[in-house]
Order: sequence, then C-alpha cells, then structure tokens
Amino acid sequence: MLLADARALCPELAAVPADPAGDLAALEKLALWAQRWGPWSALDPPDGVLVDITGAAHLWGGEERLLADVAAAFAALGLNVRAALAPTAGAAWALSHFGPPGAILAPGDDPLRQLADLPVAALRLDDDVLTVLRRLGIKRLGQLAGVSGAGADDPHQEAAARDALRRRFRNHRSPAANPLLRLDQLLGKVPEPLLPVIAQPMPMVQRRVMEPLRHRDLLDRVVEDLAADMVRALEARGEGARRLELGLWRVDGEVLWRRIELAAVTREASHMIRLFAARLDDIEAGFGIEAVQLRASWSEPLALSQADLDAAAESHGTSLAACIDRLSVRLGPRAVTRPVARASHIPERAQGWQAPLDPVPASQGALAFHTRPMKLLERAEQIAVLYASPDGYPQRFRWRGSVREVVRVEGPERIAPEWWRERSTARLRDYYRIEDADGRRYWIYRQGITGDGRGGVPDWFLHGLFA
Amino acid sequence: MFSKPSPARVLPRAVAAAVPEARWRPGLADHPFHSEIFAPATEASGAGLALALARDALASLGEAAGEGTRHVLWVQDRKAMRLGGRPCLAGLPPDMRRRLIHVAAATPEDALFALEEGLKCHDLACVIGEIAGNPRALGFTASRRLSLTAERHGVRLWLVRLDAEPDLSSARMRWRVAAAPSLPPRWNPAAPGHASWQAELFRARRHAPGQWMLCDDNGTLRLRPDPERAAAPDFIHLVRPTVGRSLAARARA
Repeated sequence: MLLADARALCPELAAVPADPAGDLAALEKLALWAQRWGPWSALDPPDGVLVDITGAAHLWGGEERLLADVAAAFAALGLNVRAALAPTAGAAWALSHFGPPGAILAPGDDPLRQLADLPVAALRLDDDVLTVLRRLGIKRLGQLAGVSGAGADDPHQEAAARDALRRRFRNHRSPAANPLLRLDQLLGKVPEPLLPVIAQPMPMVQRRVMEPLRHRDLLDRVVEDLAADMVRALEARGEGARRLELGLWRVDGEVLWRRIELAAVTREASHMIRLFAARLDDIEAGFGIEAVQLRASWSEPLALSQADLDAAAESHGTSLAACIDRLSVRLGPRAVTRPVARASHIPERAQGWQAPLDPVPASQGALAFHTRPMKLLERAEQIAVLYASPDGYPQRFRWRGSVREVVRVEGPERIAPEWWRERSTARLRDYYRIEDADGRRYWIYRQGITGDGRGGVPDWFLHGLFA
Repeated sequence: MFSKPSPARVLPRAVAAAVPEARWRPGLADHPFHSEIFAPATEASGAGLALALARDALASLGEAAGEGTRHVLWVQDRKAMRLGGRPCLAGLPPDMRRRLIHVAAATPEDALFALEEGLKCHDLACVIGEIAGNPRALGFTASRRLSLTAERHGVRLWLVRLDAEPDLSSARMRWRVAAAPSLPPRWNPAAPGHASWQAELFRARRHAPGQWMLCDDNGTLRLRPDPERAAAPDFIHLVRPTVGRSLAARARA
C-alpha cells in the first residue's frame, strides 16, 4: 500500500523514514551494552542480540534472576524485549521468538520435548523453505523431528528418515535454507559459528578546565597538553592517528568540532599541535570553553621507533607526510594532489588527480608516439581562425588578442568521442601540433569536421602548451 | 649551543672548491638554491626551462633520473593555472610522471606558504613554483624568506614568474626565457621539433650574465646546435650509424 493511500484511510498516521543503517548501528551498540550479562555477544539482525552467558548466570543469582534483570534493564531503556535462555543459540532464538516469555531451557532438559510445539519458523528458515515445509504438511518442530528421525530409538530407522529429508534438501547448502541443518544446530549436534561484536574504543583524551577559556593562548596550552596525552594513549596501543577530532564544549552548551585528516599515520605531538593551530583561528569562544576533547577516530598500527638523539630533526626539516598535512590543512584537502593516468583517449579525461600518498593505480603504458603537451589548459580556449590553409589547418589565428602565424604543423591526430559515455552529438577532435613564427608550440584541435551532421562549421580550440 | 652549518655553506665549498666558471653552461655542478625564471604566460617555456634546469641539477648532483624516489613539488597559484594550465601527465618527462605532487593554491600568499613548506621538507628533490604577475605578497622580503629557507634545508627552488616585471628579489640566478624556433626533426621537417628556448641570464652571483639558445634533447638540457651546421636530433633512433662500412656489409655480417 502506498503511503498516500494509507494516509487517506487513516489521516493521523505518523510516518517515519526507514533508516536500516542507523538501526544496525543502534543494534551494534545494544550488543555491546548487552555484554554486561556475558563476556561475548553477537548481532542477530535485524532485531536480535545473542549473549553467551556460559558460567555467568550465578553472578546474578541464577538464570531466572538474570532474565528478570534483562527485562528490567531493557524496560529502563524504554525497549520491549523477549528474552529466553537455552544451551544453544538456535534453541534460545526459537524460545525467545515463539516460546513463552522468560522461557528457560535447562541443560538437562530434552530440547525436542520442550520445543516440539513451536512452529517450524522457529528454525530461522527462509520464507520459501517454510512454504515447502507447509506444503509437505510439516508445521511443528516435533513433526520435523519425527520425519527426520531425531529421537528415534533405532539408529537405522533414524538414518533412513534423515536420508529422505536430506535428499529433499540436498541442494540447500545455506543453513537458513536447510531445515535439517537448522534442527541439528538447535539440538547442538553441529556447531554454529557466530560473529562476535568486539568493542574498539577510540583513543580519546579530554580536559575540563576550572575557569572557562576565553583566550587563544590558554586554548593552545590545553591543546598542547591534550596532544601530549593523545601521544601517550596512542603509544600505549602501538598506534598512530590518521584522523583527529577536537571537540570544544562551550559554556552555553554549544559544541564545536575541528577535524583534521593526516596523509600518513603519525604520533607526533608537535605536528598535531601545528595542524590544529591553523584550524583554531575561527573559534568563537563566546562566554568561554569549559571542556576540550581530542579523539583519534581513525588510527592505524604504528611501531614504536627510536627518537632522535640530537638536533638532526631540526636541520633536516619535515618529512613528506608532515609537509602534505600542513599544506592540506591550510589549502584544503583537494589542493594537494598527484596526477594519475586514467583509461581514456580524451586528453582531459586521460588524467585524474588523487591524494599524493595513495598508491598509484595500475595503468596501461602510454603510446610512445603520441606527443602530448607539457601543460593542458583547464578548459580549451576557442581561437579565431583568420586564414586556413587548403589542407585544413589554420595558417593564421588569433588567441588571447594576438595574431599568430603558423609555420610548422604536424597532424592531424584524430581522437574520436567516447560513444559509451557521451551523447551521440559529441564531435570528434582533430589535434594538430603547431609552431608559430616566434617558436611557440601549441596543441590545437578542430572540433568536428564539415558535413558530419553534428553542427555547423567546426570550431577551433587551443588546448595545450608545449614546452 | 651547537649549531649545524646550513647545507648551502657546506656543499659549495666541498663540491666547487675550484674557481667557479665565469660563463654558465648546462651541466655545471653548483646550482643555486633559489632561481627565478621570467616567462610569458602564453607559452610553457618557463615551466619547461624550470623542469629542464631541475633535471640538470638533479643529474649533476648524482640523483639518478631512473630512481625517482624523491618527489617533486609543483606549486601553482590560481591565476597561473588559469593562464598557463596545469601540468599534463603524458607530456612530462617519463621519470617525472611518478614523482610529481601538484599543489593548487588559491592565492599567491597560499602559494608562497606552500613553497616554503615544500622547501622545509627533506623528502622532496626540488620545488617548482609558478606565480603569475607581481602580487604584493611576493616582495623582496618573501623572496628572501624563500632563499634562506632553501639554503637552510638544502632543497632547490625554481620559481617561474608568468608575465611579471623583474622587481627586487633575492634569487641567486634570474632568467628571462622565451620560446625559440625549434630544430626541424629529421624525419618530418615540417613538424615542430624538440623544445627550444632563448634564455637570458640577467642576474647571477657566480656567473656573468649572458644569452643562450637552449634545447631539450631527450630530457637533457643542451646548448642548441647551429641549425645550419648540426644535424637535428631525431625523435626516434631508427638507424644505427654505419662507421666505415657500407650497409650491405652490415647486412651480411
């Protein structure tokens, strides 16, 4: 049903946009928080969390008390929860989704007897498998267990029954599509690997100041202290920072964030201070700043290294990564780039710009007989052809207000438009290398040819300058 | 406190203890740390000569062109990019293609900042700058800062000034360059040849001023041979010289 139809039926309907990524992030946080009941937890998207409480229930005074604590804690968060406890993840999932609230399957119980009344959907199966099972007339776990022969006294009879079911689902490798596998997982006969959630706290240091900071030099002092703390925190983890975020809490509740990204992983306090100093000029302190926080939201391993013993660092200057950081903090991240070749024949597309320290992507070798200019204009500039030779190239043209006489020409080099990328009306280009009477060497092209049916008289452009 | 002498004071004494040559020529060993090249903005001769001089200096300092471990910083301000364009990867010398780091500065002040930061960086082979016109920020003080930084850290700077008047500057060598008609290639005399420049050295500390016709011969900077007497350089070496033997003899051998 469309939202408009639903609103027509029920005008007071409240609509909220779906946010699957946000839901997943919240579930991840919830899984970490749920590690209060056990040392290990895993996500069960979209709406479940599995916690391994092996050997931890006695800390709450038993399993019933633990489940009561779970219910109370989630109620305090304002969330509805259905919790269940079982020896295997599959059984716990089945009980929590389809069992009575607060169900507990003790290790000594027979899971088949306790769970026989649950629907087969409790096996975490796909919809089409559920349809198949419904058509086969298998609606309860007990029926499936009966068909599969689980719990039968005679091992031969059990093997024969299993064989029939296995043959029916022999092409279904995924556990979610194979009820036999799911049943074995529920019973604990085959292992079920789960992906745990492990918290990785980002290195974070903060300072609260007694008097709100209103002056820049005091703020610089605090940032220096924070940078030194951050270096110690990073050193302890054997890491260095790639991205640093500085948060400034103002007295009036406003939070200002300044973020810098580093070209290479670093753990130098002086470098961090210098980069932030360039970003703190536009801070409005207002009534003062009462807390400052520095965190490394992106960090990478960096081995400890021997510090310089003498003043060599001073006279040798900075490293390349530090230089690029300083440039990109002041000039912007897009200002410092390196040219890389791209797969295209169109000159302006044959070259891209990327971050200077990123690895250069592999590319095909350039053709040696293509002579390219040393510099390409950012946008090809139109030239006015005053006199064209019978061969088709201009003998005399005007560019930027001065008239040039062409004395030497090589060409044309025809570059066709990329039909898979451009409209069908894009015109081809005929490039000429020319030299004028004073020795200036240019790269000019004619866009289109007369009579190609894609426009009138072709225009001429100057695209590049040869050294 | 112990202070280390700057590389500028150490290197020339060690390298060129002999009397400096009065007349400049390509391939000399002592290269200044700060040079300026004045060029018109409607041609790429300034950047071409800067790159050729930089490669000349790196080659004579023993940094092999093939290694390419150290990067080259190329700084342009916005006006220079608008007038003269950006460097084109396929048109650069092959050993420069992987070493180039380009800085697009919005203003001349930012470009000067980038130049100075680049000169402080010991991981750079050299710094090439392009600044258009005579901005207020690039006065004598700024150029003195650049000279001192370059000499202190031992990184060389070639600053291309597009359409600029040669005002006060502390650059150790100042060139004025314009494109010159190139030698006709042997295989297609009607085509433009290798890059050629008419360069005038109008201020230098160690050399007498003078004029040269320079050309870029397969990546090395040379004096341009006389067009009437010398054979023009080839684009591709298609034939080997037959010394004292006929072609038929070589074919039989």
